[in-house]
Amino acid sequence: MNIIVLAKQTFDTEEKIVIEQGSISEDGVKFVLNPYDEYAVEQAIQLRDEHGGKVTVIAIGPERATEALRTALAMGADEAVLISDEGAALDEHAVAQILHAYVSQQIFDLILGGNFSVDNGSGQVAIRLAKLLSIPHVGSITKLVIQGGQAEIERDAEGDTEQLTAALPALFTAQQGLNEPRYPSLQGIMKAKRKPLQQLSLSDFDSIHSQPLTARVSVSTPPPRQAGKRLSGAPAEQVQQLIGLLQTEAKLFT
Amino acid sequence: MTTVYLAIAEVKGGALRQVSFEVITAARQASGEGSTVASVLIGSDVSRFANELAAYGADHVYVVEHNDLTHYNAEAYDASLQAVIQAAQPKAIFFGHTSIGKDLAPLSAASLQAGQISDIIALETDAASGSILYTRPIYAGKAFEQRTFTSAQSVVTVRPNNFPLPSYETGRTAPVVNIAYPASTLRTFIRDVVTQAAGRVDLSEAKIVISGGRGVKSAAGFKPIEELAEVLNGAVGASRGACDAGYCDYALQIGQTGKVVTPELYIACGISGAIQHVAGMSQSRVIIAINKDPDAPIFQIADYGIVGDLFEVVPLLTAQFKQQLKSGSVD
Repeated sequence: MNIIVLAKQTFDTEEKIVIEQGSISEDGVKFVLNPYDEYAVEQAIQLRDEHGGKVTVIAIGPERATEALRTALAMGADEAVLISDEGAALDEHAVAQILHAYVSQQIFDLILGGNFSVDNGSGQVAIRLAKLLSIPHVGSITKLVIQGGQAEIERDAEGDTEQLTAALPALFTAQQGLNEPRYPSLQGIMKAKRKPLQQLSLSDFDSIHSQPLTARVSVSTPPPRQAGKRLSGAPAEQVQQLIGLLQTEAKLFT
Repeated sequence: MTTVYLAIAEVKGGALRQVSFEVITAARQASGEGSTVASVLIGSDVSRFANELAAYGADHVYVVEHNDLTHYNAEAYDASLQAVIQAAQPKAIFFGHTSIGKDLAPLSAASLQAGQISDIIALETDAASGSILYTRPIYAGKAFEQRTFTSAQSVVTVRPNNFPLPSYETGRTAPVVNIAYPASTLRTFIRDVVTQAAGRVDLSEAKIVISGGRGVKSAAGFKPIEELAEVLNGAVGASRGACDAGYCDYALQIGQTGKVVTPELYIACGISGAIQHVAGMSQSRVIIAINKDPDAPIFQIADYGIVGDLFEVVPLLTAQFKQQLKSGSVD
């Protein structure tokens, strides 16, 4: 089974956002493989180990995104591809178009991606890609079993669980709970250095359809929240005080 | 012919979801005067909701009904919406940023070769350029961006609970346009839907959220939090620490991984306040922190802080609320 995993490198979720001269500063920021993409990589590795085949991880991003791809290779993916976007302000439409240009030339049974990226958070790219490839998709999955050329899936729909069957080839996006992503082993990290990591650039693709259709006008951070009142006294007194303040100050429960 | 803006309605549990009306507001704000805002109902037995959408300001209601549409199925809903788009030729489509909207909108955007701006919380017209600026959180709310469209058609998803309801006009009606379900060969089938326990409040729409962190120490440790949530008619949430430790289901996780919540009241119990958690709840109107550690960072953003053991404080809160509240709702 040939599996393609869509990956993105994102800020670590413990990073603060600092804006300098109208854009988000990357100074000293720790970058990681998007946490939702880790579930996708893990699932792909498990399916390959069960059914045979190959896992190819693909990312669009700057040069530093190779680190996220090396992480995926160290976890156990077989090959990686980086399409370098240096300098280009792409949107979800453009990214999906470029992915489509690449993926449509590949042979695959399954495409996996994260439910959304923890930076931009729009969750569009994978689903757009499924549509461009004319393959079915199921988003936000928490369980995936492949049997006899079709997929048995569980999908998280705002707390409800939908159980579906899908014909392959298909695309699925990973929700938390799908699996427990492994940490790369030392041996895995050493092996990853020798695994193929192909680098392409945007100029390798037809640019006509990959012009962005939305543009950022401005970016800002919300005003910091101020620490409020620290209550004191015996626990029962504090609770009494708190309920009083919620009603008089916070205008709740009135 | 006037310009048409589509607002996608959603039915859940036998009623229209509130976001169905909020997208009418957003579409109206974006369209300005003189445009048509048309609601879209897709499902089985949904035409009965057309009047309510009209009362909330829909100028037309497009309806696609079929048994294949009883439950959300991406392919069947996408094909239905494509048929509506064919008929209506909209300039813009507004979805809720919900389970269905998040899944369906990118399919429409890809078909139309249109840009999509997701999860907006506000929109305004730029006085200088006349273009519409959409505000959306990024990094789970650690920052906000304004975006605009360069494509002719636009697709937008709207975060629930951020746009006001349009005014309700009793007896207002709108033409209903029935669109035939375009029978398509489905490659995905729903076998079953396991619905969550009835009466449980959905996390992303809850007005009160009570969350547990590592401080709850075990799955059983969530019990006092659940009891408080029940008394306050709130939803139970959790930090990544609690989920990773296996104390609760990942569906409860609040943070940059997990859900972003903006309730009226957020009560953090035994949560230290890691940046990744704070990103998911810091836009709550009022925050209460209960933690044994007086130096926990959660106190830096809390309106009210109680330094103490949650197993002592939370049951006291539950008992007091029970005693003092006539009703459990915030309103």
